[in-house]
Amino acid sequence: MNILVCVKRVPLTGGKIVLTEDERAISTRHLGFTISPHEECGCEEAVRLIEQHGGSSTVLTLGPPEAEEQLRDMMAIGIDRAVHLLTDGEEWDPQATASAIAASIGAEPEPYELLLFGNESADAGNYQVAIRVAYKLGLPCVTGIKAISVQDGHVRCEQEMPGGSRDVYELPMPAVVTVKEGINLPRYPSVPGRLRAKRKPVESSTPARAGEPKSGLEMVRLTLPPGSGKQAEVLGDGAGAAPAVVGVLHELGLV
Amino acid sequence: MVLLFAERSDDELFRQALAFARGLDGDQLHAVGIDDADGYSPDGWASALAQLIRERAPGAVLSPGSERGNEVLAHVAAQLDLPFAANCVSVAPGDPLTVTRVRWGGSLLEEARLHGSPALVTVAPHAVAADTTGVEVELVGPAPEAQTRMSERLEAVSAGVSLADADVVVSGGRGVGSAEGFVIIEELADLLGGAVGCSRAVTSAGWRPHTDQVGQTGTKISPSLYIACGISGATQHMAGCKGAKKLLAINPDREASIFANADYVVIGDLHEVVPAISAEIRRTRGG
Repeated sequence: MNILVCVKRVPLTGGKIVLTEDERAISTRHLGFTISPHEECGCEEAVRLIEQHGGSSTVLTLGPPEAEEQLRDMMAIGIDRAVHLLTDGEEWDPQATASAIAASIGAEPEPYELLLFGNESADAGNYQVAIRVAYKLGLPCVTGIKAISVQDGHVRCEQEMPGGSRDVYELPMPAVVTVKEGINLPRYPSVPGRLRAKRKPVESSTPARAGEPKSGLEMVRLTLPPGSGKQAEVLGDGAGAAPAVVGVLHELGLV
Repeated sequence: MVLLFAERSDDELFRQALAFARGLDGDQLHAVGIDDADGYSPDGWASALAQLIRERAPGAVLSPGSERGNEVLAHVAAQLDLPFAANCVSVAPGDPLTVTRVRWGGSLLEEARLHGSPALVTVAPHAVAADTTGVEVELVGPAPEAQTRMSERLEAVSAGVSLADADVVVSGGRGVGSAEGFVIIEELADLLGGAVGCSRAVTSAGWRPHTDQVGQTGTKISPSLYIACGISGATQHMAGCKGAKKLLAINPDREASIFANADYVVIGDLHEVVPAISAEIRRTRGG
């Protein structure tokens, strides 16, 4: 079985976001990078399914040259190969992103049976790239999946609903599935894993961006939401603050 | 004309989306729901909506920004090859429409032009106050040629107070230090009849299950009181607890970013502060 996982390089935001001067990106001068949590679980799921059923796993990203770091991170936890669709760093909208990913998948000599995505990216949260890729490839698609099992050319998926019930879908493969954090607990990369990942090739290409520059969902600028405006009341230091805390609990009617 | 998709017509998110739609076009609003007798089908429901869009030519199609609202509108967008803006907090009229939408679970906003007709938009939860007057929802049948349909529903196994609905949530972060360290968090949550939560660092370390995680990729909570113990306040976490009415933060670091969003602050080590609070509650209860 061949499994593809699509990931996106995003900054590791701490407690406070600072924007670049042109207000089109997060200032990352002091930040590290990662991929979206859902996608990390997607990679772990792919590695587990290949361990179980045999085959090969591929991680794909569309992003700047620096995103190679994220591809190697995922090869370090056991993904077999990497495909890098290079951009100049400018963010592509969901339609352009999906077109480039679908074209790349269509050009692969070996078809994928399972195409995994994160339910939504941590940064843009557009909730649509996977679904658009599915339509371009004529494949069925389910989203928000918290459990996957593969049997006899079918994939069984459980989708968590508000309140905790789960809806079950059985799809014939090939299929597109978006996963959510909690489907598994991703492993940490081992040192040998990191060393192996360093030596693995990354297949890179530079796709043409589909669509006119001012089309689709065109980002104009980013803004920070107004602050909470809260002025916190300091109840005290250490264990000595306990009576003041219980005073607040009384005021709130909780004790 | 605005077409409003009612994934469910009886919930708070729908009433918020209704208020949002009325703000966009109060005179010509059509609310439609899908007859779900055959079970939910993302592409089938989207095909039914796409058919209505072809017949009625609305200027905008809105939906609540629920999981399914976002899913169905993304299918509509893919079927009609239109752009789609998920989780918007406001729209400004014009050609093209300018939308403001949520990024990073609400820690950042994006202004964008939506070049497409009809405009496909979902409404971010809690962007506007809910409409109280209601609207008639027309039911249409799903398209018969659906490719994907849910086959069964597994009911929830309930275990105590649910995190999403709890009136008090006591959460621990990296500062708790270990799985065993959560004993004092559980004790305080029990005394307050609340639920235990945690940050992503804790689930990543394997100290608590993901079902306890509060955050952008975990559970979004809205308790009367949220007690955050040893949690620094990364955007990932704050996206999950910004619905809390009051926030009490316990942290030894005076510079912890969670303090900027807190109503009450205790500066100190949670391993001393949390048991002292539990002891004080017991003392005032005379036990």
